[in-house]
Amino acid sequence: MDTKLAKYILKRLILAIVTIFLIITITFFSMHAIPGGPFLSEKSPSAEVTAALEAKYGLDKPLGEQFVEYLKGVMRFDFGPSIKQRGRMVSDIIKEGFKVSMKIGAVAAAIAITIGLVFGSLAAVFHNKFLDKLIMVLSTAFVAMPSFIVATFMLLVFCVELNLLPANGDTVGGLVLPVIALSLYPMSYITRLTRSSMLDVLGQDYIRTARAKGLKPSKIIFKHALRNAVTPVITYSGPMLAYILTGSLVVEKIFAVPGLGKYFVSSITNRDYTLIMGTTIFLATLIVILMLVSDILYKIFDPRVDLS
Amino acid sequence: MPKNSTHDIDTMPKKNPLSFQIDLKDFDLATSEEKALQDRMRESTTFLKDGLKRLWRNKIAMACFFIIVAIVLLVTIVPIFYPYSYDQQLGITPGQPIDSSYNNLKPFEFGETEKQRIAQGEKIFPHIFGTDNHGRDYFIRIIYGTRISLMVGFFASIIVLIIGVVYGSVAGYLGGKVDLLLMRIVDIIYSLPDMLMIILLSVVLKIAFGNVIDNSPLSKLGSGMISIFIVFALLYWVGMARLIRGQILSIKQQEFVLAAKSIGASSYRIITKHLLPNCISVIIISTALQIPSAIFTESFLSFLGLGVSIPMPSLGSLASEALASVYSYPHRLIIPAVVICLIVLSLNLLGDGLRDAFDPKLKK
Repeated sequence: MDTKLAKYILKRLILAIVTIFLIITITFFSMHAIPGGPFLSEKSPSAEVTAALEAKYGLDKPLGEQFVEYLKGVMRFDFGPSIKQRGRMVSDIIKEGFKVSMKIGAVAAAIAITIGLVFGSLAAVFHNKFLDKLIMVLSTAFVAMPSFIVATFMLLVFCVELNLLPANGDTVGGLVLPVIALSLYPMSYITRLTRSSMLDVLGQDYIRTARAKGLKPSKIIFKHALRNAVTPVITYSGPMLAYILTGSLVVEKIFAVPGLGKYFVSSITNRDYTLIMGTTIFLATLIVILMLVSDILYKIFDPRVDLS
Repeated sequence: MPKNSTHDIDTMPKKNPLSFQIDLKDFDLATSEEKALQDRMRESTTFLKDGLKRLWRNKIAMACFFIIVAIVLLVTIVPIFYPYSYDQQLGITPGQPIDSSYNNLKPFEFGETEKQRIAQGEKIFPHIFGTDNHGRDYFIRIIYGTRISLMVGFFASIIVLIIGVVYGSVAGYLGGKVDLLLMRIVDIIYSLPDMLMIILLSVVLKIAFGNVIDNSPLSKLGSGMISIFIVFALLYWVGMARLIRGQILSIKQQEFVLAAKSIGASSYRIITKHLLPNCISVIIISTALQIPSAIFTESFLSFLGLGVSIPMPSLGSLASEALASVYSYPHRLIIPAVVICLIVLSLNLLGDGLRDAFDPKLKK
């Protein structure tokens, strides 16, 4: 069993490394496939200036050599200088932005998991009652709503109409809405997951035994049932964090949060190639690692799962 | 039992008065009509009919189906008779200064020159949702935006369907080393973070195609659109391929495939005539669920400014443009947002309904 698990982890690890390498390769070569190169803008600089710039950024070397150089840089978390924001390193921008994004993301994930688990369990306990139906309708609706729609509606209602919260994400109060906007979709998804797995678990014999020996219902649900019902949520945690990371791209744009997403979106419009490359590689690697960890955790938590 | 079951009552054996048996003489024989009543045989039904019947009974799914049909009809019919076009700036008439009274009209308001014409007794078609900041009629922009979003969803799903089915069935049918190799490729693509890769490829493709497709018939579609399709073709088929492969792997073990092989059917024939028809339910369901996810992705990209090219609208780009003036004209944001939610929700629920109707095994 343990060798099987180790084999599985090794297999996934190799896959993850190949994937990350592929991501770097795709990013690098697709950015270099762009006709005109990064210095082609509205007012094209003269040939000498372009040549000097290319020499400065190492763009005059052959492509293969550039790729090896870039790969070496990535290993050291060095994505080179930003092309449009003069004098700043891409890795510094990523670090700075990610600090903010991580805060929002972590809070959103925590909220989504806690409330999702509670609502899902409630829906399962009150199966087919009014509460269950209400929770299901709401979660179905929120699953269908793209995060940017949720975010804009919130902006409209809470900032424009009611004027309750600041629309600017620079302040602490301004972070409330982005967090809610990001957490609604995963929250609804976790609610649905928990509900269906909880319904499964509640029908099992050991729950009946627990009831028969007179345990309190709250203890049965939260101690005995939830523990087994939670495994699908663990598998979802990887995709959820990926969703929150990419979802934060637009949500941060809408609420003007100075996080990684905002830099990424503006780097797309500015054509700041090194920043696009750096952010893509950073986020993608992060997502691949998160997926890997959540998959491995799932296998460890639920030994019944087939490892083949 | 009896050879002549129509024998009459008198031939029945007499009941012993001491027996506890039922006296058979108390009963009448059933007539052939009454016997026919017991016939519970239903008319034979096809797979499709059976599924559609079940779907018809699902009220939520049918309601969603009619909403989608209504939206599709609306976006095909309205542009035919609607007096304004999606890129016509109403304030601009050749040879005259720009009439800014047409910009940012509220719903059902009119521009200056239109008001004069109405005063002269002329009838003018109202701007149902007002106009945008360039003086373009917003209703028709919404209609075109919906059209684009639906088209993207539909065609992207078709692309995914074709690639996924071909790839998955080849991998599943051939099995062995080929399957191993093909599925490793799928695994790698599957673990790429799709949204990020889509954004990256859209950025690149949009620029790369910008020059190539100018002056070609594709230019109207826009480089953003084409890159969305390409990205879908490159990345999104893996889910479908996995599903189809799994199905084929289990079906190809069955005897009828062996029978087909033994009478010398070619691999192509076995896949197309025997294996794929047996996974049709999986194909229908996942294609139906692919459409809303494609629409979702398109609106996300358009919202980031990577989707369709200006002046072509899509629901995502309309919402994104409206964000700038959300304080003054909130309706311009609300309308596309509601339409996106309506389409995605209805398609999702319809897809769930299709799943329940065509593949009861999959029901959770």
